[in-house]
Amino acid sequence: MKIRIGLGSCGIAAGALKVKESVEAEIQERKLEIEVQSTGCIGMCHAEPLLDVIDEQNKVYSYGYVTPKVVKQIFADHITGQSPVEQYLISAPEKDCDFLAGQKRVALRNCGIINPESFQDCIEHKGYQALKRVVTEMTPEEVISEIKQSGLRGRGGAGFPTWFKWDAARKNPGDAKYIVCNADEGDPGAFMDRSLMEGDPHSVLEGMALAGYAVGANQGFIYCRAEYPLAIQRAELAIKQAEERGLLGKNIFGSGFDFEISIKQGAGAFVCGEETALIASLEGERGMPRLKPPFPAQSGYWERPTNINNVETYANVPWILVNGGKAFSAMGTDKSPGTKVFALAGKIKRGGLVEVPMGLSLREVIFNIGGGIKDDQKFKAVQMGGPSGGCIPEELLDTPVDYDSITQTGAIMGSGGMVVMDENTCMVDLARFFLDFTQTESCGKCVQCRIGTKRMLEILERICDGEGREGDIELLEEIAVKVKEGSLCGLGQSAPNPVLTTIRYFRDEYEAHIRDKKCPAKQCKALITFQIDPEKCHGCGTCARKCPAKCITGEKKKPHVIDQDLCLKCGTCLDACPSKYRAVTVE
Amino acid sequence: MSCTSQCSEQQENDIHKDAKTWQPLQELLAQYRGKKGSLVAILQGVQTIYGYLPQQVMDYIADTMKIKPAKIYGVATFYTQFRLKPVGKYHILLCQGTACHVNGSERILTAISEELKIKPDETTSDGLFTLDCVACLGCCSLAPVMMINGQAHGPLTPDKALRIIRGLTAQEQQACEGGSN
Ligand SMILES: Cc1cc2nc3c(=O)[nH]c(=O)nc-3n(C[C@H](O)[C@H](O)[C@H](O)COP(=O)(O)O)c2cc1C
Ligand code: FES
Repeated sequence: MKIRIGLGSCGIAAGALKVKESVEAEIQERKLEIEVQSTGCIGMCHAEPLLDVIDEQNKVYSYGYVTPKVVKQIFADHITGQSPVEQYLISAPEKDCDFLAGQKRVALRNCGIINPESFQDCIEHKGYQALKRVVTEMTPEEVISEIKQSGLRGRGGAGFPTWFKWDAARKNPGDAKYIVCNADEGDPGAFMDRSLMEGDPHSVLEGMALAGYAVGANQGFIYCRAEYPLAIQRAELAIKQAEERGLLGKNIFGSGFDFEISIKQGAGAFVCGEETALIASLEGERGMPRLKPPFPAQSGYWERPTNINNVETYANVPWILVNGGKAFSAMGTDKSPGTKVFALAGKIKRGGLVEVPMGLSLREVIFNIGGGIKDDQKFKAVQMGGPSGGCIPEELLDTPVDYDSITQTGAIMGSGGMVVMDENTCMVDLARFFLDFTQTESCGKCVQCRIGTKRMLEILERICDGEGREGDIELLEEIAVKVKEGSLCGLGQSAPNPVLTTIRYFRDEYEAHIRDKKCPAKQCKALITFQIDPEKCHGCGTCARKCPAKCITGEKKKPHVIDQDLCLKCGTCLDACPSKYRAVTVE
Repeated sequence: MSCTSQCSEQQENDIHKDAKTWQPLQELLAQYRGKKGSLVAILQGVQTIYGYLPQQVMDYIADTMKIKPAKIYGVATFYTQFRLKPVGKYHILLCQGTACHVNGSERILTAISEELKIKPDETTSDGLFTLDCVACLGCCSLAPVMMINGQAHGPLTPDKALRIIRGLTAQEQQACEGGSN
């Protein structure tokens, strides 16, 4: 019997270390012989901390929402008593889990299953098999041709065919060539790359080494954002393990192929996810994008041919070379073969990481796998592609998730962030939120991006503040076109997308803000007031005690009032009012 | 209470004399001397040693590593990770990413700002808390999230966030009283 505990960042944040401690204490107390393993994230972040019990027949029982108390119960009933604790069981041999049922795991094949810190586990799960075969039996051209057959497209955003970039980097002359793994994951609300690096770092390393062999590079860098300390730590350990066993370094598998990998930490700049900016940052400079061409495959790191791919792209590569390009292209759609990992977040019931064949509809991903909207609210829109993407409304929920169909909606596939929104999300405020982000992150090189995003932000702020004017929507649309046309890199070229898609699908909400000075979602502070209904208020004083502005007064057991001049509109009173009274209202 | 600010002034005055930081700084610079393209990594190292980038240290690096001060300052201000001022004892990273935003992180910010009487990027006058807003801590399923000295907390409500912060304040007060006895 074995016990497996999910120790990804999300699991740890939810208290998985305490769970591990109590498991170890129980084992000691009961003098049991049970192996405790840690693993990365299986993707069910909503149910963290997660604990699996694996019995002698290798049957897996997964528990969710585990606390030290639940651990005691699992030990009493399941481990010593043989009857699983139904209440916390999320999947079992005879109990299918909706969250996992519709998925097809290629990039995430090992996440949540292996112990990412154990090299033994990696090898038992086919780690470095592809590399061994490739460097001893295949030519670089054959590798590229296999990738071409798989139809793999870059998972970092633009969906560019991977083989094409490899081929270009291979053919361009240079006294040295480089491989870069883009682990900057700047889209706020996306965490696929973090989970992959935390849960299965060896697959990423192997993918990079395979790319190195195909391209003719001997050195690779992982550019990882500093906000992901655990991912960096696990990748560092994995590099060390691989080096010790000669799977990275000199003369790999006796083939004469040398490849080493080092990690460089980002320093917090969204634009550094863009490949030319990333290279500038690797060189120790300010991360400013430059004009392409020359493309990195022609002139990249220190002006040498450089191949840059995303973490997930690399993680797919070993699978393709073990199972063949055909097996990969058999999944998904014609133009978007394979599977894609999505990070489901926002107002979703079962948030987490899912990997599905391309072409599944948004509805299937959000409702069948994600379980629909939290607190049984109504679905309003899903945001895809982060600050460069857009919002897709309910009427387009049957859109298949593939590069081209998503682009047609005005959003982009992006790196795979899906933030789900319900009726309580204000779409104007959301557009303002993204513009605020891109405006801050604009590196300032292009006038249109630097000043255009600022002007757009000002207009959006004024609409949210109830100061919107007739003509503002048209002005936004006009500036948006200028910003798109006049920017050098993808940041500026796509920054207006969140604004344009919200105008396209939720124009009435903009108009309500501008004409009626109303925020239909009741989010924009300047357009709402919190009130206490004197009929319903029992004067319990809970809201007054919790109000951070101390602006609620009233005698005990008598209706209270909010001083509107001091009110911060934080909504604390709304949460604080006991559900049996529900005396606080927003208008 | 004003201890942290005094210490940092001292550091500012004579970086050469503080053995605790001088030694690691020399090791750091030795590691990167002669390696082109290391400025970001050097500044990250400096921030690990000092907790921020003291002006004097940046000048010193410019001098000894033969890099233009303007370039160092340019890089230091380009990346959000670099701080030109010392941080408080508790460094609050409040997530304002998309998932946290739609789950109400703005309200958490209002509540914390009001409680500590500081805006994002500021430190309380007693040097205890620094508040920073960040975009995504990668724990989106626990949104809204904040991280205090590496420990993530979520899902938050304004009330829960205040309880965590008041807990830390109380802990500090106790330590202070305990210390003076
Ligand atoms: C503003 C901006 C931010 C980007 N951020 C990322 C990122 O965080 N991660 C990533 O993999 N690609 C990002 N990209 C895309 C990269 O420029 C590049 O296309 C990608 O790393 C190529 O890898 P792929 O072919 O495997 O997708 C970004 C692009 C732009 C314009
Ligand atoms: S958006 Fe807040 S943790 Fe990701």
